[in-house]
Amino acid sequence: MAKILMKGNEALSEAAIRAGLKAFYGYPITPQNEVPAYMAEHLPLRGGVYLQAESEVSAINMVYGAAGAGVRVMTSSSSPGISLKQEGISYIAAAQLPCVIVNVVRNGPGLGGIQPAQGDYFQAVKGGGHGDYRLIVLAPGNVQEMADLTTLGFDLADKWRNPVMILSDGILGQMMEPVVFSEDGAVSEVDKPWATNGAAGRERNIVNSLDIIPDKAEKNMLRLLEKYDQIKAEEVRWQEHNTEDADVILVGYGTSARVARSAMELARKEGLKVGLFRPITLWPFPEQRLAELAKAGRSFLAVEMSAGQMIEDVRLAVNGVSPVHLSNRLGGMVPTPEDVLEKVREILEGRVS
Amino acid sequence: MAEIIIAGFGGQGVLVLGQMITYSGMIEDKAVSWFPSYGPEQRGGTCNCSVVIAEDEIGSPLVTVPTTAIVMNAPSFDRFEPKVGKGGLLIYNSSLIDKKSERDDIRVIAVPANQIADELGNARVANMVLLGTLLEATNVVKTESVEKALKNVLSERHHDLIPLNMQALERGRAYQ
Amino acid sequence: MKTVFQKPEALTDMPMHYCPGCTHGIIHRLVGEAIDSLAIREQTIGVASVGCSVFAYDYFNCDMQQAAHGRAPAVATGIKRVLPESMVFTYQGDGDLASIGMAEIVHAAARGENITVVFVNNAIYGMTSGQMAPTSLLGQKTATSPRGRTVEEMGYPIKMCELLATLEGPAYLARVSTHDSRHVLQAGKAIKKAFEIQQQKKGFAMVEVLSTCSVNWGMTPVKALGWLEENMIPYYPLGVYRDVTAKEGN
Repeated sequence: MAKILMKGNEALSEAAIRAGLKAFYGYPITPQNEVPAYMAEHLPLRGGVYLQAESEVSAINMVYGAAGAGVRVMTSSSSPGISLKQEGISYIAAAQLPCVIVNVVRNGPGLGGIQPAQGDYFQAVKGGGHGDYRLIVLAPGNVQEMADLTTLGFDLADKWRNPVMILSDGILGQMMEPVVFSEDGAVSEVDKPWATNGAAGRERNIVNSLDIIPDKAEKNMLRLLEKYDQIKAEEVRWQEHNTEDADVILVGYGTSARVARSAMELARKEGLKVGLFRPITLWPFPEQRLAELAKAGRSFLAVEMSAGQMIEDVRLAVNGVSPVHLSNRLGGMVPTPEDVLEKVREILEGRVS
Repeated sequence: MAEIIIAGFGGQGVLVLGQMITYSGMIEDKAVSWFPSYGPEQRGGTCNCSVVIAEDEIGSPLVTVPTTAIVMNAPSFDRFEPKVGKGGLLIYNSSLIDKKSERDDIRVIAVPANQIADELGNARVANMVLLGTLLEATNVVKTESVEKALKNVLSERHHDLIPLNMQALERGRAYQ
Repeated sequence: MKTVFQKPEALTDMPMHYCPGCTHGIIHRLVGEAIDSLAIREQTIGVASVGCSVFAYDYFNCDMQQAAHGRAPAVATGIKRVLPESMVFTYQGDGDLASIGMAEIVHAAARGENITVVFVNNAIYGMTSGQMAPTSLLGQKTATSPRGRTVEEMGYPIKMCELLATLEGPAYLARVSTHDSRHVLQAGKAIKKAFEIQQQKKGFAMVEVLSTCSVNWGMTPVKALGWLEENMIPYYPLGVYRDVTAKEGN
């Protein structure tokens, strides 16, 4: 299997097409523009539909329509555009439609900037739109995972009838690394007897999120929560390095995990016992494993490109057993391994509260 | 591990040079990453890219303390000359940069890359001249990998440009 | 015994929730009859919107999707593009289509999206109890224009057929009314035509149906029909604003 040097945004797009993508509905915004450009170039030649919508709002609603019609469908955007999609995402989650939504995160709030950031963590994992719902949130850590987690994303979306978000960032989207695509070309599509694709020879199907009778709506919500519990039980993914003997465990996802890995290597060279814990699913968050790793005398250091968002989930998981600290940069600045290492030294030398 | 920054004006072939090195590293089965500055920076202003070539999995793809910096214009010299790590290498385009490094803890090589490229009859190969200097000064990637990379990166109809590129590379080797 | 009249197969048996005197029921029937007469029920996917017709998915006996407020043309686009052989229609009110969903309808029309849009214009927000709509007439009193709509405060009502007729994209645009049986029959023909246009893959077709909201207008149903005729039709002239098949001499 040949290695190809690709941008993360392109690797993700190619993986989506190979996963049997039938429609892509998008809207221009930096730093995700390679995704719609790749789709416009390749998808129509490979059996799919590409359409530039009039807005992110329309794009996500086109996704709703196509997902309801039973095909694999995707949209991508960057932070301000993802905010516009939140209404549609809430409807998609409520109607239990499978789709993949890509957020190549840039710095915010507001129009913010176009540099890499992770400030959309809460929006992705805690809701973002209105109501009680969850997205399955996957956080790739390199270009290969931009591809692999997109493939996985479509499978999970179909398996659970749930929207999946790929939470990437400007670095992962723009950077090039070698990527290998599996050659088998098998698309693991599932039957969708619920799809609205014409009621020929069957009862009609309805794709709907309106639930106006309270006792019925509550029952439906409880069913949805039951599904979320099952996802929590079955789909948690993470990676850890050098955690066994670690005095400080760095916790980070995506680009922050890359920086944290470099910091860990620098620290180990100095003889400091530092490990790395990288959540791959941000929802469901690998809280159980983090709880197991928590013990007296061990600290956690959340590494983020946000103001202290993921750290809240780390704290919930660790539940006071170990101290949890933060090393972060904001505004599109990327933390350096040296910054993180300095914070590790502060922790080990007792210079932080 | 090589952590390289390449910087210059948009249009000087900064990003392509970075991709060439990255591609060559991939051919040698090394772990590689390339990350460009992006957005309005690319258009008209200065641009740069980070290249990391390693034996093992790469951590941060954003180079903050380069082992090598290749700078092609004066603003990039000002920005990256102070950032090169101790014992590192600075290669700069002396055709466009009328400056000298005061640092004594790094190796500095001045290459009149535009002048050489003009002598070769194609201003666009200035970046390849600097790559030649890099290949001679370090063993980051092999010359034959670069030749293979050129064949892969350039479309068939541009393969007639490969000898010119290799010639530019050879001229760059002379500056050490 | 001979059956002389029956409910279209394309409508369900679900009792409709519409207020007495509301013309939504009539328009539903016209859509159902069009689907029946073209024998397309099994390939039709309808898109319900938000407003009084939010429950339309309960009434049309075909596959249905329920869309967010204003987004029905985008949802319909999403469906039609991946199922080009299906028949896709939206059923939208004036708040949904001409206010919050203006971008979606204009761009679907501009793209010449091969869908059928049934646009019910009753000059008021019914579901949320009588607020001013983008199509409310000047002087019209509503919950949010209690002294009557004025140009100074709220500008002018929007004429959707005329607005969309400035675009190259639409294949068929018509405005019809439901205030008497003759006009109801004409409305039925226009709606059927809008489905035929889609069947022939000619592109975007919209029928604007003037209708009443006697409850929120504060009138008896009969008086409301008269008010429609006397006040709405002069501002919203009936007729065909685009018909690509007419150009072809069909």
